[in-house]
Amino acid sequence: MHHVLVDHWSQGASPLHARDARAKILVLLVFLIVLATTPADAYVTLAIDAAVLVSGILLAGLPPISVLVRAAGILPFSAAFGAITWLAGDGWRAVALIEKSYLSAVAVLLLVGTTPLPRLLSGLEALGTPRILVLLAQFLYRYLFVISEQAQHLQLAAACRGGSSGRRQSRFRAAAGALAVLFARSYYRAEGIHRAMLSRGFGGRFSLLNPMRFGALDAVFTGAIVALLIMARVQ
Amino acid sequence: MKPIVEIRDLHFRYEDGTLALDGVNFALYPGETVALLGANGSGKTTFVLQLNGILEGIGSVEVCGLPVTKENLPPIRSKIGMVFQDSDEQLFMPTVLEDVAFGPLNQGCTPEQAMEKARVALRQVGMEHALGKAPYHLSAGEKRKVALAGVLAMQPEILVLDEPTTFLDPPAQRNLVHLLRELPQAKLIVTHDVHFARALAQRAAFFEKGKLVADGPIEEIAERFQWNYSALDADLRYSAQRRF
Repeated sequence: MHHVLVDHWSQGASPLHARDARAKILVLLVFLIVLATTPADAYVTLAIDAAVLVSGILLAGLPPISVLVRAAGILPFSAAFGAITWLAGDGWRAVALIEKSYLSAVAVLLLVGTTPLPRLLSGLEALGTPRILVLLAQFLYRYLFVISEQAQHLQLAAACRGGSSGRRQSRFRAAAGALAVLFARSYYRAEGIHRAMLSRGFGGRFSLLNPMRFGALDAVFTGAIVALLIMARVQ
Repeated sequence: MKPIVEIRDLHFRYEDGTLALDGVNFALYPGETVALLGANGSGKTTFVLQLNGILEGIGSVEVCGLPVTKENLPPIRSKIGMVFQDSDEQLFMPTVLEDVAFGPLNQGCTPEQAMEKARVALRQVGMEHALGKAPYHLSAGEKRKVALAGVLAMQPEILVLDEPTTFLDPPAQRNLVHLLRELPQAKLIVTHDVHFARALAQRAAFFEKGKLVADGPIEEIAERFQWNYSALDADLRYSAQRRF
């Protein structure tokens, strides 16, 4: 599963993994602002942004091809907007839109691939993200596993009973039924997980085993990358 | 001796109107192991979920002298370690160590204390080697041990195990029996498996349609309700002889 793989990546031990989550979030934020405000024809700036990302992937020891292919998941969406812009007669802007959305996806994937989710969410909370949003993200992520697992079980059960054959209409009907069952089963499963969490004293806050520490290396990392990105933007 | 769990006239009805517990009285004493037997839907799991306030019925529930009320839930949930039927529901942190430390951190331990308690609990169940692994990569037996370590790390006074043999092969069941025998806590074991129950408990309580209909020595209860696999074998042999 996609999120299991990213979860696996985030458990690495590279210098980038070791940086404080807040430092990486701040760098990502600056990166996205710089990227969004870069003119469509500023190729050097875009190339420097891309080079920063590739260096990050290599430094983190993530599989480059796998990261780049996964980030391409955003392309169908950005391509649709790019096509509209192209049809409106602004070809360069269309290309820039696709470029920028792809680089943004790589940057986000680099952050989540080098930061375990509990640390990422604690970092977001420490930077002022409302607690309710952080909690929602925590549960959404946990339940993604639940839902995908339930969906796999249903798919297997359907396949065992010839669910992939038959007329298209009956296949759609079966899929609709499976969706309803998936919702109900995921609901009960999620309820079970919540009960188990309450039983172990969960009071609405995930405490970290290794508390966050924003050290000198984190400050140097943040300062250096932010300075590089801004210099590339204003050159 | 004063009971560690005392329940008087407990009633519980689900939102859909199903009466799940109907006037249950029960007491558990320190160090005792009691098997909760009964058919599917007889109220066993609903009963144990009342002990730490996950479900709230009408009646009196006291754990370690504390009535189960909203204010008392944090200390009560520290005193009762509940191991659920499906370990996947219980393991939700990225690594085994973080998962086992989840309870102690919620109890207010410092990260160092929580980590130490988690290591001790993992050693106790023989899973110290897996502390850096992701829980979803473990076998069913290993997951059950880690789930048990997750509650042992909270140093509870009572262990509640809901269908602990589900998904376990016979060797893993044997390991679990040996492990549970070593633990000093009072235990409530919800199970259909009377062999497993016999290996650990001397006393059994039998549930039927939300009522606790019998409470006594496990041999007597199993015999009275024909609650064992040899009775099933005899029935099957009889029907097979009649057919052929």
